[in-house]
Amino acid sequence: MLLEVKNVRKSFGGFKAVNGASLDVEKGEIVAVIGPNGAGKTTLFNVITGVLKPNGGRVIFKGDDITGLPSHKTCKKGIARSFQIVNIFSRLTVFENVQIAVLTEQGRDLNLFTPSRKLAVEETNAILGSVGLIEKANSVCSSLSHGERKVLEIAIVLGGRPELLILDEPTAGMSPEETARCISLIQQLSAKYGLTILFCEHDMELVFSIAQRIMVMVRGSTILQADCATVRCNKAVQDAYLGEG
Amino acid sequence: MGERVNKSIIIALVLAAILALLPFGLPRFYVYLIALIVTFGLVSTSLNFVLGFGGIYQFHHAVFYGVGAYGAAVTIMKLGWSPWIGFVVGPLTAAFLSLVMGIICIRLSKLYFGMLQISLGSLVWVTVYRWYGLTGGDDGIHGVTVPELIESPTGSYYFTMIVAALSLFIMYRILHAPFGSILQGIRDNAIRSQALGVNVRRHQLIALVIAGFFAGVAGVLFVVIDNSVFPDMMFWTLSLEVTIMALLGGWFTFMGPMLGAAIIVLLRTFVSTVTDYWALVLSVVLVLVILFLPEGVLGKVFEIWHQRHPEKSAQGE
Repeated sequence: MLLEVKNVRKSFGGFKAVNGASLDVEKGEIVAVIGPNGAGKTTLFNVITGVLKPNGGRVIFKGDDITGLPSHKTCKKGIARSFQIVNIFSRLTVFENVQIAVLTEQGRDLNLFTPSRKLAVEETNAILGSVGLIEKANSVCSSLSHGERKVLEIAIVLGGRPELLILDEPTAGMSPEETARCISLIQQLSAKYGLTILFCEHDMELVFSIAQRIMVMVRGSTILQADCATVRCNKAVQDAYLGEG
Repeated sequence: MGERVNKSIIIALVLAAILALLPFGLPRFYVYLIALIVTFGLVSTSLNFVLGFGGIYQFHHAVFYGVGAYGAAVTIMKLGWSPWIGFVVGPLTAAFLSLVMGIICIRLSKLYFGMLQISLGSLVWVTVYRWYGLTGGDDGIHGVTVPELIESPTGSYYFTMIVAALSLFIMYRILHAPFGSILQGIRDNAIRSQALGVNVRRHQLIALVIAGFFAGVAGVLFVVIDNSVFPDMMFWTLSLEVTIMALLGGWFTFMGPMLGAAIIVLLRTFVSTVTDYWALVLSVVLVLVILFLPEGVLGKVFEIWHQRHPEKSAQGE
């Protein structure tokens, strides 16, 4: 088991955003988290990656308890994530964006004197090549389209050479073509690098086409984690979620 | 890209040659003025190290400039040690103060960082202003001894140029090394950097210490040029002026603050001969910059250059 989330709880004031969420992810799997708006999906990801400290429950990664570890440390353990709202370095070039991730992963973040342009060039170009952004390498990010920025963020995340990739709504705001490209990118990454991917998404078509297993969250709690067919047929899921949509 | 590097090396060499020859042709006053410009340019560049490249709102940066100067002056005049030791003690004191203030302020973000930093900086100013025994209070310390080698106006000029050039070179190297790339990453997006495994606060703290150190170096240069220190060197209005230099010159460019310092120091020198209302002129400059040159003079120049040569615009420096 790569990641185990056991009965995690997180509340903001009196509001229980996550109230007993459990999840397990095997190595090499693609797992989706679905649920209506406000089900606590993003909060759960924030707890796993250490952005938020949970009020209860455990997060176990590769057998180590990582509950409440700050995000720069969970990252060093091998968990990387993209955000729902695009988070990139807007004043830097596409190349520099990914290079920062690679340099940090290589532990060179405190190197004061070696010129950056000589470092991590091959690794960075390899990643840009695999996501199809190599022609844009020298463009400043602010000139990219929304879809390209989302892909760039995935490229940045890959720069950290994660074992577990967490994507928070990877296709939000994308055009249908961009979405299609993003789906094939995610599938490629999983096949090529054997990456384990955990993601949440509102687009059901996307979820059922790439996820191997699905976890359903409603009002902060896990109601089911199973394979796609089971989730599709489950009465509780239909009532809580699919029925509404 | 290689061509461009060669070109900038040639420009730098020509500039260095001109600056080296200046004392032979120019009247003494102008030599003094140029040394002053370079000193303020160094303060402003060190501020911009954390402001433009680090995204940290260090509003009261002159404190480190002042403390660097006082550190040197007190070591030389009160402890009676060799000036060379004083020149090292000054920047180290500034760097240490920067570390302490940084640890206190760094947990706050953006504007709140700036506000707390102004308050703590003013506290340092008050201490210097009141502590007659050590700092000479509002009189400051005058007639600071400097080594014979650099005592003459020409000697102090060359010393200033060499030390400033070396400091700029080191800061430039740091900004173009991984540390600097990641610092700019933090400026653009701290959350993203944190999620990549960067220890954001530690990184910012190191940047603040480096900036404080070089502001302290500039303080020492002022002691060499002027042989005196006074509390106005760390009053918050000077910090404002230094900030305006960076904004005016171009706060996302490396040499912008130096250009801004040249404009502001020249303006101040000549405006003061005409009117007493220097602050009024300065505020008009600030308003004009905000309205018409949000990226500063050098930022604007690069922007126009990139528009004319889109194929060459690989990276802005």
